[in-house]
Amino acid sequence: MNIFYHIKNFADWITFDVFGIEQTTHLGDSVNFFIYDSIKIIILLLIINYFMAIVRHYLPVEKLRDFLASRKWYGLDYFFASVFGTITPFCSCSSIPLFIGFIEAGIPLGVTLSFLITSPLVNQVAVVLFAGLFGWKIMILYVISAMLLGIFGGFILGKLKLEKYVADYVWQIKSQKLEIKNNKEKFSALIKKFWHEGFDLTKKITSYVLLGIAVGATIHGYVPAGFFENYIKADNFFAVPIATIVAVPMYANAVGVIPIMQSLVEKGIPLGTAMAFMMAVVGLSLPEALILKRVMKIKLLAYFFGITTINIIILGYLFNAFVK
Amino acid sequence: MKIQVLGSGCPTCKKLFEITKQAVKELGLKIEVEYITDIQKIVEMGVMQSPVLAIDGKPAITGFLPDIEKIKETIKKFI
Repeated sequence: MNIFYHIKNFADWITFDVFGIEQTTHLGDSVNFFIYDSIKIIILLLIINYFMAIVRHYLPVEKLRDFLASRKWYGLDYFFASVFGTITPFCSCSSIPLFIGFIEAGIPLGVTLSFLITSPLVNQVAVVLFAGLFGWKIMILYVISAMLLGIFGGFILGKLKLEKYVADYVWQIKSQKLEIKNNKEKFSALIKKFWHEGFDLTKKITSYVLLGIAVGATIHGYVPAGFFENYIKADNFFAVPIATIVAVPMYANAVGVIPIMQSLVEKGIPLGTAMAFMMAVVGLSLPEALILKRVMKIKLLAYFFGITTINIIILGYLFNAFVK
Repeated sequence: MKIQVLGSGCPTCKKLFEITKQAVKELGLKIEVEYITDIQKIVEMGVMQSPVLAIDGKPAITGFLPDIEKIKETIKKFI
Protein backbone atom coordinates (compact mmCIF):
# COMPACT_ATOMS: atom_id res chain seq x y z
CA MET A 1 0.00 0.00 0.00
CA ASN A 2 1.41 3.35 -0.89
CA ILE A 3 -0.76 6.38 -0.36
CA PHE A 4 1.94 8.50 -1.92
CA TYR A 5 1.68 6.75 -5.26
CA HIS A 6 -0.04 9.66 -7.02
CA ILE A 7 2.43 12.17 -5.68
CA LYS A 8 5.22 10.04 -7.06
CA ASN A 9 3.58 10.02 -10.48
CA PHE A 10 3.11 13.75 -10.32
CA ALA A 11 6.76 14.31 -9.37
CA ASP A 12 7.87 12.07 -12.25
CA TRP A 13 5.67 13.97 -14.67
CA ILE A 14 6.96 17.40 -13.55
CA THR A 15 10.62 16.38 -13.58
CA PHE A 16 10.85 14.28 -16.70
CA ASP A 17 8.04 15.66 -18.90
CA VAL A 18 7.55 19.29 -17.91
CA PHE A 19 11.16 20.14 -17.06
CA GLY A 20 12.41 17.60 -19.61
CA ILE A 21 15.29 16.46 -17.44
CA GLU A 22 16.88 13.16 -18.43
CA GLN A 23 15.73 10.42 -16.08
CA THR A 24 19.11 8.87 -15.50
CA THR A 25 21.07 12.04 -14.67
CA HIS A 26 22.14 13.21 -11.22
CA LEU A 27 20.09 16.35 -11.70
CA GLY A 28 16.97 14.41 -12.62
CA ASP A 29 17.42 12.23 -9.58
CA SER A 30 17.79 15.17 -7.23
CA VAL A 31 14.96 17.25 -8.68
CA ASN A 32 12.56 14.32 -8.74
CA PHE A 33 13.42 13.45 -5.16
CA PHE A 34 12.99 17.05 -4.05
CA ILE A 35 9.59 17.53 -5.67
CA TYR A 36 8.25 14.22 -4.44
CA ASP A 37 9.43 14.64 -0.86
CA SER A 38 8.45 18.29 -0.57
CA ILE A 39 4.86 17.72 -1.67
CA LYS A 40 4.47 14.63 0.45
CA ILE A 41 5.85 16.28 3.56
CA ILE A 42 3.97 19.54 3.23
CA ILE A 43 0.68 17.66 2.90
CA LEU A 44 1.50 15.60 5.99
CA LEU A 45 2.54 18.72 7.88
CA LEU A 46 -0.74 20.48 7.11
CA ILE A 47 -2.69 17.53 8.46
CA ILE A 48 -0.68 16.99 11.60
CA ASN A 49 -0.35 20.67 12.46
CA TYR A 50 -4.11 20.90 12.36
CA PHE A 51 -4.46 18.02 14.80
CA MET A 52 -1.78 19.42 17.06
CA ALA A 53 -3.60 22.74 17.23
CA ILE A 54 -6.58 20.82 18.58
CA VAL A 55 -4.49 18.89 21.09
CA ARG A 56 -2.85 22.05 22.32
CA HIS A 57 -6.12 23.83 22.74
CA TYR A 58 -7.47 21.14 25.04
CA LEU A 59 -4.18 20.23 26.72
CA PRO A 60 -2.13 23.36 27.39
CA VAL A 61 1.12 22.72 29.20
CA GLU A 62 -0.29 24.24 32.41
CA LYS A 63 -2.90 21.50 32.51
CA LEU A 64 -0.29 18.82 31.97
CA ARG A 65 1.77 20.24 34.81
CA ASP A 66 -1.23 20.27 37.14
CA PHE A 67 -1.96 16.66 36.19
CA LEU A 68 1.58 15.59 37.10
CA ALA A 69 1.52 17.55 40.34
CA SER A 70 -1.95 16.41 41.36
CA ARG A 71 -0.95 13.22 43.21
CA LYS A 72 1.78 10.67 43.80
CA TRP A 73 2.30 8.58 40.69
CA TYR A 74 4.82 6.01 41.96
CA GLY A 75 7.05 6.15 38.91
CA LEU A 76 4.33 6.38 36.32
CA ASP A 77 4.99 10.11 36.24
CA TYR A 78 8.23 9.54 34.31
CA PHE A 79 6.18 7.92 31.61
CA PHE A 80 3.55 10.67 31.59
CA ALA A 81 6.16 13.44 31.57
CA SER A 82 7.77 11.83 28.56
CA VAL A 83 4.44 11.48 26.73
CA PHE A 84 3.66 15.11 27.47
CA GLY A 85 7.09 16.02 26.16
CA THR A 86 6.15 14.56 22.80
CA ILE A 87 2.96 16.61 22.41
CA THR A 88 4.12 19.99 23.64
CA PRO A 89 5.82 22.33 21.23
CA PHE A 90 9.33 22.99 22.28
CA CYS A 91 11.45 26.02 21.85
CA SER A 92 14.62 26.19 23.87
CA CYS A 93 13.44 29.62 24.99
CA SER A 94 10.75 27.84 26.98
CA SER A 95 12.99 25.38 28.76
CA ILE A 96 13.67 27.64 31.74
CA PRO A 97 10.12 28.74 32.53
CA LEU A 98 9.06 25.12 32.04
CA PHE A 99 11.73 23.83 34.35
CA ILE A 100 10.92 26.32 37.08
CA GLY A 101 7.18 25.90 36.57
CA PHE A 102 7.41 22.14 37.02
CA ILE A 103 9.70 22.30 40.05
CA GLU A 104 7.62 25.00 41.63
CA ALA A 105 4.48 22.90 41.24
CA GLY A 106 6.18 20.17 43.27
CA ILE A 107 6.95 17.81 40.41
CA PRO A 108 10.09 15.75 41.20
CA LEU A 109 13.33 16.82 39.53
CA GLY A 110 13.77 13.51 37.69
CA VAL A 111 10.28 13.73 36.20
CA THR A 112 10.91 17.31 35.10
CA LEU A 113 14.10 16.16 33.39
CA SER A 114 12.22 13.33 31.64
CA PHE A 115 10.07 16.00 30.09
CA LEU A 116 13.06 18.16 29.15
CA ILE A 117 14.84 15.26 27.45
CA THR A 118 11.93 14.05 25.32
CA SER A 119 10.43 17.40 24.42
CA PRO A 120 12.94 18.69 21.85
CA LEU A 121 13.38 15.23 20.30
CA VAL A 122 9.77 14.63 19.39
CA ASN A 123 7.45 17.15 17.88
CA GLN A 124 4.96 16.81 15.10
CA VAL A 125 7.37 18.07 12.46
CA ALA A 126 9.99 15.48 13.38
CA VAL A 127 7.29 12.82 13.32
CA VAL A 128 6.12 13.84 9.85
CA LEU A 129 9.66 13.93 8.51
CA PHE A 130 10.41 10.49 9.88
CA ALA A 131 7.17 9.03 8.56
CA GLY A 132 7.61 10.66 5.16
CA LEU A 133 11.29 9.91 4.67
CA PHE A 134 11.88 6.69 6.60
CA GLY A 135 8.42 5.14 6.73
CA TRP A 136 6.00 4.49 9.57
CA LYS A 137 7.95 1.72 11.25
CA ILE A 138 11.08 3.78 11.79
CA MET A 139 8.97 6.75 12.85
CA ILE A 140 7.29 4.74 15.59
CA LEU A 141 10.60 3.26 16.70
CA TYR A 142 12.05 6.75 16.85
CA VAL A 143 9.23 8.13 19.00
CA ILE A 144 9.44 5.15 21.37
CA SER A 145 13.22 5.55 21.59
CA ALA A 146 12.97 9.24 22.39
CA MET A 147 10.43 8.45 25.11
CA LEU A 148 12.64 5.73 26.56
CA LEU A 149 15.55 8.19 26.61
CA GLY A 150 13.39 10.57 28.62
CA ILE A 151 11.96 7.94 30.95
CA PHE A 152 15.25 6.22 31.76
CA GLY A 153 17.30 9.40 31.78
CA GLY A 154 14.86 11.11 34.11
CA PHE A 155 14.59 8.04 36.31
CA ILE A 156 18.35 7.68 36.75
CA LEU A 157 18.79 11.41 37.35
CA GLY A 158 15.95 11.30 39.86
CA LYS A 159 17.60 8.46 41.78
CA LEU A 160 20.87 10.39 42.01
CA LYS A 161 19.29 12.93 44.38
CA LEU A 162 20.55 15.99 42.59
CA GLU A 163 18.05 18.46 44.02
CA LYS A 164 20.79 20.37 45.81
CA TYR A 165 22.31 21.22 42.45
CA VAL A 166 19.30 23.13 41.23
CA ALA A 167 19.99 26.87 41.41
CA ASP A 168 18.89 27.99 44.85
CA TYR A 169 16.57 30.79 43.76
CA VAL A 170 14.42 28.30 41.87
CA TRP A 171 13.12 26.85 45.13
CA GLN A 172 12.06 30.26 46.33
CA ILE A 173 9.97 31.35 43.39
CA LYS A 174 6.28 31.46 44.00
CA SER A 175 4.12 31.99 41.00
CA GLN A 176 0.61 33.26 41.00
CA LYS A 177 -1.96 30.79 39.92
CA LEU A 178 -2.92 31.66 36.42
CA GLU A 179 -6.61 31.21 36.09
CA ILE A 180 -7.04 29.10 33.00
CA LYS A 181 -9.27 31.03 30.70
CA ASN A 182 -12.29 29.11 29.77
CA ASN A 183 -13.95 31.44 27.38
CA LYS A 184 -16.51 29.35 25.62
CA GLU A 185 -15.79 29.60 21.97
CA LYS A 186 -18.22 28.37 19.39
CA PHE A 187 -17.32 25.08 17.83
CA SER A 188 -17.30 26.52 14.34
CA ALA A 189 -15.03 29.34 15.48
CA LEU A 190 -12.71 26.78 17.04
CA ILE A 191 -12.46 24.75 13.86
CA LYS A 192 -11.47 27.88 12.03
CA LYS A 193 -8.98 28.79 14.70
CA PHE A 194 -7.35 25.33 14.58
CA TRP A 195 -7.06 25.54 10.83
CA HIS A 196 -5.46 28.99 11.02
CA GLU A 197 -3.00 27.93 13.67
CA GLY A 198 -2.05 24.78 11.83
CA PHE A 199 -1.71 26.60 8.54
CA ASP A 200 0.36 29.42 10.04
CA LEU A 201 2.75 26.97 11.62
CA THR A 202 3.10 25.00 8.40
CA LYS A 203 3.79 28.21 6.52
CA LYS A 204 6.38 29.28 9.05
CA ILE A 205 8.43 26.07 8.90
CA THR A 206 8.04 25.28 5.19
CA SER A 207 11.15 27.16 4.14
CA TYR A 208 13.29 25.26 6.66
CA VAL A 209 11.76 21.96 5.63
CA LEU A 210 12.39 22.70 1.95
CA LEU A 211 15.97 23.69 2.66
CA GLY A 212 16.56 20.44 4.54
CA ILE A 213 14.99 18.40 1.74
CA ALA A 214 17.01 20.29 -0.87
CA VAL A 215 20.28 19.37 0.83
CA GLY A 216 19.02 15.82 1.25
CA ALA A 217 17.98 15.67 -2.42
CA THR A 218 21.38 16.90 -3.54
CA ILE A 219 23.10 14.18 -1.55
CA HIS A 220 20.58 11.71 -2.93
CA GLY A 221 21.36 12.59 -6.54
CA TYR A 222 25.06 13.34 -6.50
CA VAL A 223 26.71 11.28 -3.79
CA PRO A 224 27.39 7.74 -5.01
CA ALA A 225 25.81 4.86 -3.13
CA GLY A 226 28.03 3.43 -0.42
CA PHE A 227 30.17 6.57 -0.47
CA PHE A 228 30.38 6.94 3.29
CA GLU A 229 31.25 3.35 3.91
CA ASN A 230 34.84 4.23 3.11
CA TYR A 231 34.88 6.58 6.08
CA ILE A 232 32.44 5.11 8.53
CA LYS A 233 32.52 1.35 8.34
CA ALA A 234 29.29 -0.20 9.47
CA ASP A 235 31.19 -2.41 11.87
CA ASN A 236 33.37 0.35 13.26
CA PHE A 237 32.79 0.01 16.96
CA PHE A 238 33.55 3.64 17.74
CA ALA A 239 31.36 5.21 15.07
CA VAL A 240 28.36 5.63 17.36
CA PRO A 241 30.09 7.29 20.31
CA ILE A 242 32.15 9.51 18.04
CA ALA A 243 29.09 10.64 16.06
CA THR A 244 27.21 11.32 19.30
CA ILE A 245 29.95 13.21 21.09
CA VAL A 246 30.72 15.34 18.05
CA ALA A 247 27.02 16.21 17.82
CA VAL A 248 26.41 17.15 21.46
CA PRO A 249 27.66 20.75 21.31
CA MET A 250 26.06 21.39 17.90
CA TYR A 251 22.54 22.56 17.52
CA ALA A 252 20.12 22.34 14.66
CA ASN A 253 16.41 21.93 14.51
CA ALA A 254 15.03 18.47 13.80
CA VAL A 255 13.44 19.98 10.69
CA GLY A 256 16.77 20.56 9.01
CA VAL A 257 18.61 17.50 10.24
CA ILE A 258 16.22 14.66 9.42
CA PRO A 259 16.18 14.99 5.60
CA ILE A 260 19.96 15.16 5.55
CA MET A 261 20.17 12.19 7.89
CA GLN A 262 17.89 10.20 5.60
CA SER A 263 20.16 10.77 2.61
CA LEU A 264 23.19 9.77 4.64
CA VAL A 265 21.54 6.54 5.71
CA GLU A 266 20.60 5.85 2.11
CA LYS A 267 24.25 6.27 1.13
CA GLY A 268 25.50 3.75 3.63
CA ILE A 269 25.70 5.30 7.09
CA PRO A 270 24.16 2.85 9.57
CA LEU A 271 20.77 3.98 10.87
CA GLY A 272 21.72 3.77 14.55
CA THR A 273 24.82 5.90 14.01
CA ALA A 274 22.87 8.52 12.08
CA MET A 275 20.08 8.54 14.62
CA ALA A 276 22.44 8.91 17.56
CA PHE A 277 24.02 11.85 15.76
CA MET A 278 20.63 13.41 15.05
CA MET A 279 19.36 12.97 18.61
CA ALA A 280 22.48 14.52 20.06
CA VAL A 281 22.23 17.48 17.68
CA VAL A 282 18.56 18.11 18.38
CA GLY A 283 18.37 17.16 22.04
CA LEU A 284 21.60 18.47 23.49
CA SER A 285 23.55 21.52 22.51
CA LEU A 286 25.88 24.18 23.81
CA PRO A 287 23.23 26.93 23.57
CA GLU A 288 20.81 24.72 25.50
CA ALA A 289 23.48 24.15 28.17
CA LEU A 290 24.04 27.88 28.49
CA ILE A 291 20.33 28.48 28.93
CA LEU A 292 19.93 25.68 31.48
CA LYS A 293 22.94 26.91 33.41
CA ARG A 294 20.72 29.69 34.69
CA VAL A 295 18.67 27.18 36.66
CA MET A 296 21.12 24.32 37.19
CA LYS A 297 24.43 24.23 38.96
CA ILE A 298 27.26 22.84 36.90
CA LYS A 299 27.14 19.40 38.50
CA LEU A 300 23.49 18.83 37.64
CA LEU A 301 24.08 20.09 34.14
CA ALA A 302 27.01 17.70 33.75
CA TYR A 303 24.94 14.75 34.96
CA PHE A 304 22.04 15.74 32.72
CA PHE A 305 24.21 15.95 29.62
CA GLY A 306 26.41 13.01 30.56
CA ILE A 307 23.65 10.52 31.21
CA THR A 308 21.63 11.60 28.21
CA THR A 309 24.72 11.27 25.99
CA ILE A 310 25.45 7.76 27.28
CA ASN A 311 21.83 6.74 26.74
CA ILE A 312 21.88 8.06 23.18
CA ILE A 313 25.03 6.05 22.47
CA ILE A 314 23.43 2.87 23.86
CA LEU A 315 20.37 3.52 21.73
CA GLY A 316 22.54 3.98 18.64
CA TYR A 317 24.15 0.56 19.23
CA LEU A 318 20.77 -1.07 19.77
CA PHE A 319 19.46 0.37 16.51
CA ASN A 320 22.51 -0.78 14.60
CA ALA A 321 22.19 -4.24 16.10
CA PHE A 322 18.46 -4.81 15.75
CA VAL A 323 16.89 -2.49 13.19
CA LYS A 324 17.58 -3.44 9.61
CA MET B 1 -2.11 50.50 29.32
CA LYS B 2 1.16 48.72 29.96
CA ILE B 3 2.60 46.43 27.29
CA GLN B 4 5.46 44.09 28.09
CA VAL B 5 7.30 41.41 26.19
CA LEU B 6 8.94 38.84 28.39
CA GLY B 7 11.50 36.37 27.16
CA SER B 8 14.57 34.48 28.11
CA GLY B 9 16.63 36.30 25.52
CA CYS B 10 16.08 33.82 22.70
CA PRO B 11 15.78 35.06 19.10
CA THR B 12 12.04 34.36 19.01
CA CYS B 13 11.52 36.52 22.09
CA LYS B 14 13.49 39.42 20.60
CA LYS B 15 11.48 39.16 17.44
CA LEU B 16 8.22 39.35 19.36
CA PHE B 17 9.50 42.52 21.02
CA GLU B 18 10.33 44.08 17.64
CA ILE B 19 6.99 43.16 16.10
CA THR B 20 5.08 44.40 19.12
CA LYS B 21 6.82 47.76 18.95
CA GLN B 22 5.90 47.92 15.28
CA ALA B 23 2.28 47.00 16.06
CA VAL B 24 2.01 49.72 18.70
CA LYS B 25 3.40 52.25 16.27
CA GLU B 26 1.01 51.21 13.51
CA LEU B 27 -1.91 51.48 15.89
CA GLY B 28 -0.80 55.03 16.67
CA LEU B 29 -0.50 54.38 20.39
CA LYS B 30 1.85 56.36 22.56
CA ILE B 31 3.04 53.48 24.69
CA GLU B 32 6.51 52.27 25.50
CA VAL B 33 6.83 48.54 25.02
CA GLU B 34 8.92 47.06 27.81
CA TYR B 35 11.28 44.15 27.19
CA ILE B 36 11.93 41.96 30.21
CA THR B 37 14.42 39.10 30.28
CA ASP B 38 14.12 38.39 33.99
CA ILE B 39 12.90 34.80 34.07
CA GLN B 40 11.53 35.15 37.56
CA LYS B 41 9.03 37.68 36.23
CA ILE B 42 7.79 35.20 33.63
CA VAL B 43 7.38 32.44 36.15
CA GLU B 44 5.72 34.74 38.64
CA MET B 45 3.06 35.40 36.06
CA GLY B 46 2.34 31.69 36.12
CA VAL B 47 3.41 31.23 32.50
CA MET B 48 5.61 28.33 31.44
CA GLN B 49 6.30 29.17 27.85
CA SER B 50 8.19 32.07 26.44
CA PRO B 51 7.96 34.48 24.76
CA VAL B 52 5.11 36.23 26.54
CA LEU B 53 3.20 39.30 25.49
CA ALA B 54 1.69 40.76 28.64
CA ILE B 55 -0.83 43.57 28.75
CA ASP B 56 -1.40 45.31 32.07
CA GLY B 57 0.58 42.61 33.80
CA LYS B 58 -1.52 39.75 32.44
CA PRO B 59 -0.24 37.30 29.84
CA ALA B 60 -2.12 37.76 26.56
CA ILE B 61 -0.07 35.67 24.15
CA THR B 62 2.31 32.96 25.30
CA GLY B 63 4.62 30.44 23.76
CA PHE B 64 4.66 31.37 20.11
CA LEU B 65 5.45 34.16 17.70
CA PRO B 66 2.23 35.57 16.25
CA ASP B 67 2.07 37.79 13.20
CA ILE B 68 1.63 41.51 13.54
CA GLU B 69 -2.11 41.47 12.80
CA LYS B 70 -2.73 39.09 15.67
CA ILE B 71 -0.76 41.34 18.00
CA LYS B 72 -2.71 44.41 16.91
CA GLU B 73 -5.96 42.55 17.45
CA THR B 74 -4.89 41.50 20.93
CA ILE B 75 -3.84 45.01 21.90
CA LYS B 76 -7.06 46.49 20.54
CA LYS B 77 -9.10 44.34 22.88
CA PHE B 78 -7.54 46.17 25.80
CA ILE B 79 -7.92 49.70 24.52
